[in-house]
Order: sequence, then C-alpha cells, then structure tokens
Amino acid sequence: MPHSVSSNDLPEQDGDDILPDAPPAEIASDSGKEESDVENRKMGIKLEDMFSDDEEDQDFPHSNVNIESSPPPDAVPTSVPTPSKIDTDAMLAFYQRLFPFRSIFQWLNHGIIPSSDFRNREFALTLQNDAYLRYQSYATADQFSKEILKINPSRFEIGPEYNANPRDRKTLRGGQLKPVSKELVFDIDLTDYDDVRTCCAKANICEKCWAFVTMAIEVVDTALRDDFGFEHIMWVYSGRRGAHAWVCDQRARQLPDDRRRAIASYLEIVRGGDKSGKRVNLKRPLHPHISRSLDILKPYFARTTLVDQDAFLSSEQAERLLALLPDKTLNDALRKKWESAPDRPSASKWTDIDALAKAGISSTLNPTALKDAKLDIVLEYTYPRLDSEVSKKMIHLLKSPFVVHPGTGRVCVPIDGRHPEEFNPLTVPTVTELLSEIDAWDANQHSQNVPADAMDGEGSIANDSDARGARKLQDFEKTSLKPYIDRFRSFIAGLIKAEKSNKRERGEEETASGPDAMEF
Amino acid sequence: MIRQPIHRRIDPKRRANLDHKKQQFATPTYKQQEYPNRLNFYDVPPTAEITLEQFEQWAIDRLKGMMLIAKTILVTNSRIIVLAEIETCSYRNKTPEETEAHINPLLQKNLPLFANTSSAAGASDQKLKDERQKDHYSHFILRLAFSATEDLQRRFVRAETMLFKFRFQKDDSRERRAFIESLNLDWQAVGEDERLELGDSLLNATPGGRRLDRLDEEPWYKVDWERVPELVERRAVYLKKGKAYVPAREQLSVILAEFTARLERALKLTSRALPRLDEDDRLTPILNHLSKNFGSAESVYSEDEGVIEGAPITAASIDHLSQHFPLCMRSLHTTLRKNGHLKHFGRLQYTLFLKGIGLSLEDCLIFWRQAFRGYTDDEFNSKLRYNVRHAYGDVGGDANRRGRGYPPYSCQRILNDTGPGTGQTHGCPYRHFSVDNLISLLQSTGVHDKDVLRGVREDVEKTRYHIACNRVFEWANKADIKRVKEDGTWSQSDLDTIVHPNTYFKRSYLLKNLGNPPKDEK
Repeated sequence: MPHSVSSNDLPEQDGDDILPDAPPAEIASDSGKEESDVENRKMGIKLEDMFSDDEEDQDFPHSNVNIESSPPPDAVPTSVPTPSKIDTDAMLAFYQRLFPFRSIFQWLNHGIIPSSDFRNREFALTLQNDAYLRYQSYATADQFSKEILKINPSRFEIGPEYNANPRDRKTLRGGQLKPVSKELVFDIDLTDYDDVRTCCAKANICEKCWAFVTMAIEVVDTALRDDFGFEHIMWVYSGRRGAHAWVCDQRARQLPDDRRRAIASYLEIVRGGDKSGKRVNLKRPLHPHISRSLDILKPYFARTTLVDQDAFLSSEQAERLLALLPDKTLNDALRKKWESAPDRPSASKWTDIDALAKAGISSTLNPTALKDAKLDIVLEYTYPRLDSEVSKKMIHLLKSPFVVHPGTGRVCVPIDGRHPEEFNPLTVPTVTELLSEIDAWDANQHSQNVPADAMDGEGSIANDSDARGARKLQDFEKTSLKPYIDRFRSFIAGLIKAEKSNKRERGEEETASGPDAMEF
Repeated sequence: MIRQPIHRRIDPKRRANLDHKKQQFATPTYKQQEYPNRLNFYDVPPTAEITLEQFEQWAIDRLKGMMLIAKTILVTNSRIIVLAEIETCSYRNKTPEETEAHINPLLQKNLPLFANTSSAAGASDQKLKDERQKDHYSHFILRLAFSATEDLQRRFVRAETMLFKFRFQKDDSRERRAFIESLNLDWQAVGEDERLELGDSLLNATPGGRRLDRLDEEPWYKVDWERVPELVERRAVYLKKGKAYVPAREQLSVILAEFTARLERALKLTSRALPRLDEDDRLTPILNHLSKNFGSAESVYSEDEGVIEGAPITAASIDHLSQHFPLCMRSLHTTLRKNGHLKHFGRLQYTLFLKGIGLSLEDCLIFWRQAFRGYTDDEFNSKLRYNVRHAYGDVGGDANRRGRGYPPYSCQRILNDTGPGTGQTHGCPYRHFSVDNLISLLQSTGVHDKDVLRGVREDVEKTRYHIACNRVFEWANKADIKRVKEDGTWSQSDLDTIVHPNTYFKRSYLLKNLGNPPKDEK
C-alpha cells in the first residue's frame, strides 16, 4: 500500500516509529496498490476544483510573528478549524516517501554530526486544523522526520537557532531565550507588483508576470554576491506566487538585526504605498548597484513591461506614466497624441516620449531630467520589491524548502539562482502528481517483472537513507522532484565544504589572536 | 573569632584559586587616568575614589543632557532624519540649528567638555581634566544604572551614541584625528591602483564624491561592510565582495558603529556583574532612582493618558469620533470604510490607537468584525480576531509578561517604523504620502485654508511632519484654543506640541466638548 495510508490506521503507524532504516510497517499488496491509484486520480480531480478560489491568505505573511519581539503564542487554536486543502493522507505519504529530511538536516546543521546548529533551531508547524505550533526543535535527522510524520503538518517554517533549546524556553528566565543565528532571508511576492502587472492580480500568477520574480532574483542575487560577497544563496519557489532567498554563508547567518536592516534598505529602491506618488527617488549620480541593476532590468522592461504587460495601454495607465515625467509641455503633447490613438501600444508610447522630446516640442525641457525620469520609471516598473520586514529580523520564520503549499499543492522547490529564467512555476510538481509518478514508475517496473521492486516501495520510506544494496532507487528518484533534490544536495555539499574550511581558519585565528580576545 | 582571617573561610576545594580570590581584597593599585583627548571611548573604567554626592550629582547632570537628546529626537520627530540631517550638514560644515540650539546650552551647563585648544595649557589644564573626569565617571555610573534591563541598555546605547556623535562632530579636526589614531582601528588603506581601477564606481557610490573630486587627495579605506551599517543602509558607500570602501571623511560612521558595538558589549558584561552590587545599600537606591528618571524621558505618554473619563466610546461611535482623529488614523479609518479591509500593520496601528482612546476589547472586536464586511465569521475569527486580542494583551506570549499588550504608537514610532508599501495604509500621511496626495487628503477632511495648506507644504519639505500635523490641529480648533487660553482654564503645558496620536484625539475631543463632561486633563 504505497501512499494511501487510510486515516484510521494512522496512529498505529506512527506510534510504531517509522525509523528511516527500519523495515516497513506494512507490506503492500498488489490489489491495494491498484485501489490507491484510483483514489489518486479521484483526489487529483478534487484538488483541481479546490485550487480555483484561494486568494484570501494574501495578507497572511507571518503576521503572527512580526509584531514586536515578544514571543508569540505556542499554539493558536482557531475557534473554527478550516479543513486543509490537501488531503492529509497525501501529505503524510509525501513526508514518508519524498520529503528530504536528511538533506534539510544537513543544510541546517552544517555538517553530518548533530550539533547545536540544528538542535536549537526553531521549527514552527501549521497543523492540519490550522493551529500553529511554535518552538519545536529536534535533536537529530531521525527525530526530525519522526516527529513531522507524527504530527503531519500542512506545512512548516524555519526560524532561528537559539542560544538554548527552544523547547526549554519555559525553564529559562523571561527573555533568556535569544536567537543567535539564522540565514539572511528575502521574500519576493507578486502581490507587491499588482500596480505594475496587468495580466493577473492577487494570488494568481502566469508565466508573463513570473518574469518579475525572475528579474528580481537576478538583481538581488547579483547584489548579494558582488556587493556583499555572499556565496551560498539558495532561491526557493514559495509554492504559489513568489520566491524566497536563503543566504546561508556563515557571515550572513550571524548578522545582527541592524545589519540585516542595512542590507534590506540598501536593496530597497521602490518605496512607499499607493498614495506616495513617485516611488523611486534617487540621488544622482546613481550608485553602482543601481546602474548595474538598470543594465539587468532594461531588457526586461522592454519585454515585460512594454510588451507582455502593456503597462501604459489604458488612459489611466498612461496618465500615471505622464505623472512621472518632468515636463508639462511635453506631457500635454504626449497626452494629445495618445488621446487620438487610444489603442496605441505601450512600446510605441514609450518611444513617443523621446521622439517628441527630440522634435523640440517643449522649450522648457531639460534633457537630463527627462533621461533621469525615464530611468526612474524603468526602476519603478521592474526593480525588485522585497518584503523587507522578512529580512530585517533574525527571528522571522520562513517556510521550509520542499514543503507543500497548502493552497496549490505545489512543492517549494529550489530555483537555480544562476539561471532563474529557466524556471517555470506552472510546471512545478504537485504532491498528487509526484505520488502518481511513483506509482506509475512502480507499476512500470512491476509490469517488466523486476522482482526486486516488490520491496522497493516500502524500503524507500526512508527516502534519504543510504541506499541499501548497490542500486535501490529512492522514491524521489522515480519522480520529477529528482532534479530539485539533486540541486539542493549539491548546494548543501558546497555549503558544508565552505563551513569546514571556515572552521579550520577560525581555529587558527583563535590561537593567533589569543591575547586580543581580552581586548575589553 | 569575628576577626577570623578571610582566607580561612574559603572552601578548601577552591584553594587553587586562593591567589585570585585574595586579589579581590588586596589594596588596589590604581591606574591614574589621563585624558589627553576631549572624546572618550570609555574603554577603561574609572578607578579613583569619588564621594557619593559627586556620584549622584554627576550622573544626574549627564542624564539631563541625555534626556534632552531624547526629547530632541522626539521633537525633530525622527532619529533617522536627524542623523541624515547632521550627516548632510557635516559635509557643509554646518551643524543642524535645532539640535545644536537644544543640546548645546544644556551640555554647556551640565556637562561641559572643552577641547584642548580652549585652554592655553592644553590637555594638562586642571579644569579640562576635571571636566573629562566628570564625563568619564558619569558615563560609568550610568552604565551601572542602565545595564539592568535590555530596554534600558538599548536606549542608553542610543542616547550615548548620539551624545558621542554630537561631540565628535563639534570637535576640531586636529583633535579628532588624534583621537582616532588613539583608537587603533584596523583599517586597510585602498591602494593607488585599486582606487584608479574602481574610479567612477567609487565616486558615484559616495555622496559628495563628485563634487569634491578628491579621489586622489583623500585616503580611502577598506573595511568589512558590517562595520559601516549606517552607510550601507543609506547606500552611501561602494561595496565590493563584502568590503566597504570608505573615504576618510566618512570615518564618523565607522567610529560610531565601533562606539556602539563596544558599549553594547560592555553593558552586557556589566549586567552580569550587577547582582553583586545588590549588597551595597548605598549605591542601589541611587542607581534605581537614576534609571527611573531616564524611564520617564522617552515614554512621555502613559498608557491611560488618552482615555477620557465618561466619554461614550463604543464600536458604534467611532465613525462620529473620527472627526477628532489625527490624519494618520483618519486615513486608516476612511480606507477601512472604503475597502472593508486593512492590511496587517494598518490594523495594528489603528487597533492600538483605538485601545488608547479607551475602546474596550469587546467593542474593538465588534468594530473590526463589522468593518471587514466582506469576511465571513469564520474568516474573521481565524485571520483577524487573534491579532486584535494580541494587541490588547489578551492572548499571546507569557501571561505574566504581556501586561496589557503593546502601548499605542507614538508619532515617533509611526514616523520611524517601516513606511507603507503597495496596498498598505499605515504610517504618517505627512511623511509617507506625496505632497499632492497629502493635500488632497487634507482637503477631503475639510482643510481648505490656503495658508494652512501652504504651511503644511513647507513643513513637509523641511521634514517637520509633526509641526505640519500640529498646524492642522491648531487651525481646526482655533476658536476653542483661543477661548481656553483667554479664560485661563488651560495652561500652556496643556497645549504643548502634540507628539502622540492619542493626545491629538483627547485634546481635540475635550476642546470640542468644553464644559460638557468634567474634564480631567493631566
């Protein structure tokens, strides 16, 4: 019985601890497998129906965490539990067979031997009834996967490493639990682009507006690497309409909040809300970070803003464009021209600006001011809009990579930060797809009559465990999740390697600077 | 028996430490402090003896200076703006009149600190030595007083850093250089080749770089960017692979960061040592007294201050009462009524304000439930109810520590917190709206007077947002203010500059209801 664990035998199963390397608790029967395939298909349809209306959590972003620093509640049982949109059985099967617990452990532990890096790390779980369970922590990868399987959360988030085990916080005197390190994180969310995208709104996305995320990744990734010197940056699809960055360099993890704020503000150019008027106000000459970003963004502006989004098409949109231009006479001329041709595409309108300016329509026109204004417009319509609150505080929680977005069923997979344009959010696998891929693969193997396969389905409950025998495929390898997990693993390998050489260097430094340590 | 030698009492197991222990009771050998520079990084604690009276008086003098700084922040309304202003002015060799005018006389009186050049004898002048000693001691006394809680520590560090910055900027350049050299900062000079290679990037990144065009003349330094967070935050420095390229004239930022970092570290250590002081019944009361004084400097607003006894404040009366709200809250209210929705930070700012005017938790929940008209009860309960209760301190965290939730935001808080982004409405309209949108918002609330609007424009341009807000208040309540002034029922202090939205509401409400309910201002 592959993944369709019926809910009534759930407690029994996790009571008996599915140890990664332990033999499977159940033996699959062929008939059971077929049944479950049917169930799968049904479930797939059901889910499709449910995905359509899911825009109400737009305001959700961690609002229960970012109010001041007072510890938010442990569990927030809401009075009316809303049913989760993903089948709980499918979720459990996903955790059992596909979720890379061991990789996540290694990623946060920065090594193989369990250390306080992992032990004191906070996890916050959203339960199936939408209650929110904070300050969870796990000593080892095994305990981690065991407890997640036991609770079967609809998703979970990762917080900072604390100076003590967060589970012990009640035994500590008030305020003694302090965050000591966390990855520097960034959050890009397409809802923040609603005023510059025309194709979709709120939680909906399409390939056209995903381009905004692509360009944001490119700009931010470049700045983090070239300006701040960070190397271990992982971009992760947030499951619906955005992306997260996890900067994992040790130097980044240890940044105090004011340094995080400094970076967030360094990267923030589009400021203010709907009523703020011109939202890009920059000193000249432009800072090298901005000139470089402009070089990256200009082609995107031409393609996305002017063509795909056609962002100046309607008269209101054109009016907003005009409001950002400096010269009144020129604006009047442009307005007149555009009024006579209502359907004039944005790209033509954009070139009209320079054409009319060159024609000498306005005597008061300052060419430099116009050029600057046009650059500001490019930035206002394309520059990354980061949710800076997420980046500023070490204690902020962020959804873990590889969890499933409860609304869409899509897995939060890593994005290649070097080639973000290759990523298409609409082809990211969903839980249901992945589970049927396993079944399809198994069925295929079965039909080819490979005898070893009968055992395979259960053996890989511990999907991350060392493959026993020479070639026993783990479940994720049978699915389209494989390339993503491979990418994650190679990212971790790079991180752990850097960590090791770091430790060695630090060790040397400590002895070298012995006397200096007493400085104050 | 009583005179039993001390070492006898030492636990035999700890005999290995005997020498160390003994030191604690040995006659101290003091390092005589010299004060060659006017400025001090306060790395070495004072060791000479002072009397208790000196102890208290010096500390109080310093506190006065710092309270004034705290107040100045409040009045100029935004620390960041002050910092930026001071920064800009320093390029032009000008000091911000406001800050200077406020702080200078007080510093002169309470905590004078003159440069070596002020005396013919230089650093060896006894008067200068005394001043510097007083400065030094008072700093360390306050360290003791303010290391107790984290909140105090943070504010102390902030105020001390401001004070240091203020003095640093007023120091003459020669002494400043001497002082910097005495710090032994680990700065890496940028070589000639690299400087030329970076060329334009370096100049473009650094404000004033173009104008001064001193790429060759001025020394540039490479430091880890973490050491100049203030420059990074303003995007006023060139960054490459984690290194910040700082021109010599931007030393201030580096030095301030260093000052703050060292002070923070020292306060942490002091706080650990503090329990040992409890046994000293002479010092502890003085210290407690001192920290209480400081406590009143920033939180000029107490929790219940905005509440008006006997005023009918219920969920149903908010619409009517909103005419008394300051613009920030009115804008939130209007948006809420228009959209049936407010984003998180808007809700938080508004909820705390409503709590501050005396709206009960029950009424507040009713208010929000009705306001989010597009929401079902389930949605409301699962997404919003908790936040409101949290703001009132009804749920969340440790029951013993949460008290009554967060206090209502002050103007300073609203001005300095992250401003609104797309779709958000919180913040201060005077600061976060474009001038045109601000003016039309004001007009929509009935402010049409041309002079007032012009005044507001000017205030906003000078980043004096609170002045603009007070201007509107005074205009809106002109007649009543005149009346209470004339009949003497309100003293001048009742009409001080408003720096809290809840004060705005209360004052406006009372002025409009003069003679109705028995008023109990202050």
